[in-house]
Amino acid sequence: MRLVSVEHLTRIFDVSKPWLNRVIERRKKAFLTAVSDVSFEIEEKTVYSLVGESGSGKSTIGKMLVGLLDPSEGSVKIRDVDLAREKDAAKVDAVRADIQMIFQDPFASLNPRWRVRDIIVEPVAARGGETKGMAERLLEQVGLSARDAGKFPHEFSGGQRQRICIARALASEPKLIVCDEPTSALDVSVQAQVLNLMSDLKDEFGLTYLFISHDLTVVQHISDKVGVLYLGRLVEEASPTELFEDPKHPYTQMLLAAAPKLDEFGREVPPPKGEIPDPINPPDGCAYHPRCPIAMDICRKMRPELRKIRGARVACHLADVKGVGPAITPPEAQKPPEFRSKRTADAEESTS
Amino acid sequence: MTNPILSIRDLTVEIPTRHGILRPVDGVSYDIGRGEILGVVGESGAGKSMAGNAVIGLLSPPARIAQGEIHVNGTRIDQLKGEAMRRLRGKEIGMVFQDPLTSLNPLLRIGDQLTETILAHLDISRAEAEQRAIRALDEVGIPGARERINSYPHEFSGGMRQRVVIALALCAEPSLIIAEEPTTALDVSVQAQIIALLKQLCHQRGTAVMLITHDMGVIAEAADRVAVMYAGKLVELGPVRDVLTTPRHPYTHGLMGSTPLASRGKDRLHQIPGAMPRLDALPSGCAFHPRCPYVQDKCKADPGPTLADGGGEAACFFPLSQDAKVA
Repeated sequence: MRLVSVEHLTRIFDVSKPWLNRVIERRKKAFLTAVSDVSFEIEEKTVYSLVGESGSGKSTIGKMLVGLLDPSEGSVKIRDVDLAREKDAAKVDAVRADIQMIFQDPFASLNPRWRVRDIIVEPVAARGGETKGMAERLLEQVGLSARDAGKFPHEFSGGQRQRICIARALASEPKLIVCDEPTSALDVSVQAQVLNLMSDLKDEFGLTYLFISHDLTVVQHISDKVGVLYLGRLVEEASPTELFEDPKHPYTQMLLAAAPKLDEFGREVPPPKGEIPDPINPPDGCAYHPRCPIAMDICRKMRPELRKIRGARVACHLADVKGVGPAITPPEAQKPPEFRSKRTADAEESTS
Repeated sequence: MTNPILSIRDLTVEIPTRHGILRPVDGVSYDIGRGEILGVVGESGAGKSMAGNAVIGLLSPPARIAQGEIHVNGTRIDQLKGEAMRRLRGKEIGMVFQDPLTSLNPLLRIGDQLTETILAHLDISRAEAEQRAIRALDEVGIPGARERINSYPHEFSGGMRQRVVIALALCAEPSLIIAEEPTTALDVSVQAQIIALLKQLCHQRGTAVMLITHDMGVIAEAADRVAVMYAGKLVELGPVRDVLTTPRHPYTHGLMGSTPLASRGKDRLHQIPGAMPRLDALPSGCAFHPRCPYVQDKCKADPGPTLADGGGEAACFFPLSQDAKVA
């Protein structure tokens, strides 16, 4: 069953200078499109991951899902209720209770002056629910001890704090938890503990996760479906197996090639070119074309729509088109000229 | 190793506190040779940054080097103070920090920052220094170095800024670079660029690099050898391939098992129970014993063997056999 459906979601931020500066310096208003026309659906009891580099809009989508930001255009529907537009307050309230969020930084997301017990029961207490013994029970469920309920956040390590955040998110018995980079502030061994805990809880409570991350290996480990974002747009969506074994968008291919691998020692891969362009003045056509190794004329002029290729949805004119080779050429065929230092170039010239 | 660039022997850093003396670095020894990248890994609190700071003389009091020797190019440096240390810093040892924005002065053009460093260490004219600065920027792959030299740090993107920091570390041609989490603040694609750049510069110039990071992927990609630290001690040291594929110390083994891997699929991750102990509450014997799946009585009483350099061994009474592959 479908739990979340996101349709043509767009969010535009006004990043103009103050009014007076605009008049004096004769500048126009400036707008940053953080998320642009993103559509996807999340099935109940699955994990949907959004990956992308910084500035790709993944956190903005997460915030719009939980209602921390309103969409500029498009809609987020949770169990067919549009949170931003639904007039029936009772309906909105019922759906809101089903959504919780876990944030990236467990040091910033817990109130240092509150006891753990109060932090955990707050989502329920705020709605006037019964909270007796709840904090203790939840603490044990996330692998801490019931005695910890009387302590303050500073008495815990990063991993333990993230467990408290998870306990808080579970308190109101939500259906959907939005996890915004829940493990990127944690050490590897602690990350493994938290990821295992999250997948256990998912099975136990029948949870649905929207998992936001920049770490491809973590995403591959936990997801049922992955959406890859670039400059606010969904460029590819597929199951993890399909995405990692047969990436179709050149950007996904680049991301996979660039991610450090544990089993390829000292590999000499040409590093990807360029960086994410300025989102205030995005390039015409396909936003990836300035960095894309197979870009053609059409990519510079027309923005590709998402289309189905086998099990995936891909926004690329050239993906899977006959006659266009793989975007990542084998290492020996491609040596990045800009990484040759002047000195070696001179030395080579003088010897030849 | 014959004539290593950096040689650390039995280095111990102490922090005296009201509750006793803490040892964030405890009896660590390793060498880094010419043109070699040594990866130093460990989780937060392992003492990897402290060891780096001790080498470059940036320990903030009351932390101090209590024991051991540090040699750079054969010269002992751990007893140098004030002016002598400052001359060494930047000239012999360059440093690249995690956050490129905070390690550059936002009020100075990057050209001025580069020439200032060059003039401080090399006896050349300002014009020559400027030429050198341009060449340094060119070398780290900044397009249009001649014009960009007049830009301020905020005019660069994160990846470009980290390149500037690397240029700054390299401009006086040091023989050793300490890179502390140089790619942690960067995106995956930019991270790949910076790793490639570090590797290329290191191999070209024969600079020794101490790469401090918690990211096993970065280590696998860049390092020649790897040193694994746990609670201030060096627990395993060896060629990167050996340590990562057939770890001998149970901690390294656990660490590798808990890293999500493409080939490992969706199974549960192996997890090490518990967390790194606090320095003021170190367990008796081997610091890893409360978390170790192979613990025996001996481990609880005796701190265990220390690593002799050149190892490929583990600081453990019962190292895992070489056939014990990571699951």
